[in-house]
Amino acid sequence: MSHFFDVFMESYPIFLEGLKITLYLSAASLVMAFVIGLFFAILKISSIKPLQWIADAYIWLIRGTPLIVQIFVLYYGITEIILIDAFWAGAIGLAIHSGAYIAEIIRGSIQSIAKGQMEAGRSLGMTKLQTMRRIILPQAFRRAIPSLGNQFIIGIKDSSLVSFIGAQELFGVSSSLGSNSFDFLTFYSIAAIYYLVIVLVLSVVVNRIEKRLAKSD
Amino acid sequence: MAKKLMVQVERLNKSFGDLHVLRNINLQVEESDVVVLIGASGSGKSTLLRCLNFLEIKDDGKIFLEGEQVEKDTHNLNEIRQRVGMVFQHFNLFPHKTVLENVIEAPILVKNTPKKQAIEEGKVLLDKVGLSDKYHVYPSTLSGGQKQRVAIARSLAMNPEVMLFDEPTSALDPELVGEVLNTMKELAEEGMTMVVVTHEMGFAREVGDRVVYMHDGKIVEYGKPEEIFDGPKEQRTKEFLSSIL
Ligand SMILES: Nc1ncnc2c1ncn2[C@@H]1O[C@H](COP(=O)(O)OP(=O)(O)OP(=O)(O)O)[C@@H](O)[C@H]1O
Ligand SMILES: [Mg+2]
Repeated sequence: MSHFFDVFMESYPIFLEGLKITLYLSAASLVMAFVIGLFFAILKISSIKPLQWIADAYIWLIRGTPLIVQIFVLYYGITEIILIDAFWAGAIGLAIHSGAYIAEIIRGSIQSIAKGQMEAGRSLGMTKLQTMRRIILPQAFRRAIPSLGNQFIIGIKDSSLVSFIGAQELFGVSSSLGSNSFDFLTFYSIAAIYYLVIVLVLSVVVNRIEKRLAKSD
Repeated sequence: MAKKLMVQVERLNKSFGDLHVLRNINLQVEESDVVVLIGASGSGKSTLLRCLNFLEIKDDGKIFLEGEQVEKDTHNLNEIRQRVGMVFQHFNLFPHKTVLENVIEAPILVKNTPKKQAIEEGKVLLDKVGLSDKYHVYPSTLSGGQKQRVAIARSLAMNPEVMLFDEPTSALDPELVGEVLNTMKELAEEGMTMVVVTHEMGFAREVGDRVVYMHDGKIVEYGKPEEIFDGPKEQRTKEFLSSIL
């Protein structure tokens, strides 16, 4: 145990570097994923069939293949065309992946808003788009927060897979340290602790937001 | 002198798939009149109201607003809907906005009313419906009667020429019905043109200028309240009235 503690203390500067990359990677991918998800959610609820099919195809493709395959295909596909580093290839890959799940979450929460809300907006002379933006989406997002939070947590853990294309994030750092010292168990356990702390903090934040919004409802 | 016709409906038809819901409806609503629609469930009352503010689009027939024929191909329906207010059975207030925000949302967004002016006007309307102490609370804290009065104020904020009410008191506890009907009565006395679907026969008799009885998508009988209630000509009207009174 004291060995573990010593290694933890010795390695923390390197781990903090990895942590930083994990957080940047997650943040960048989550922002993009949210935009992608919102976009495809709106395609899915549009009344235009071909747009719905495009969204269906995307969601089907993403849900039907492993994330690691998506990351590899994207990384080697993109680097055929332009030189892009592992960080951004990974962030884009994660975003495209989470985007599919976020699209479904947002679509579900939009459709859970009572039909009367759209009608009330329209009856006041608001356009469909205005009602969507001002009335439906704000309510839908509130309702989606628990599921979005959950998806964000999954996204943070999934970012570990980006180490396989060379990103030195938490998992990549622990792999490197492990293979240098052959003390894999210790370094992977340390990585697990960092992940647990990030997830814990994020859960608390999501919880707070949920409680705050519940009050105004 | 004949009063101005605010709403005119000629041979209006509407189907949902195979279901022919409105059949050759003819209706005229004069300025400042209160027209009460009555009829059994499924007779097409809501559909008729919804056609009047174009939440449903008619299949054929004509709808005139202040003498002008309105068609979805030639008119911007968003502009038309500003002129025809609608109050729903289930209020449909915006739960994420305060009472005042509910009222000022559309004027600011749709009419580009400056926020300060919208707030002033919104407060006047809320005072008028008796909610001057509720500007900043959320709808979930209100009683049903209060919610419906906010919905009326919200609709009035767009300065509509005609107000449509679809069973505005049907979702209310009995003791709250009166306050909403009173608000509507005041509105009628101020000269608002109104089309009201309701089962409140006392209101229909007292406030209504015309009563329309609908059955199976058709207008079966039309007349002054006392004509319809005291001496209905049609057998079906008699049966309906005796079933609800
Ligand atoms: N969007 C819709 N799609 C299919 N059928 C509909 C739709 N809206 C209404 N209907 C049908 O049209 C008929 C008339 O409905 P409407 O709501 O106009 O009746 P109503 O007179 O308002 O009845 P109630 O007193 O129950 O409110 C009903 O049979 C109803 O099921
Ligand atoms: Mg109805």
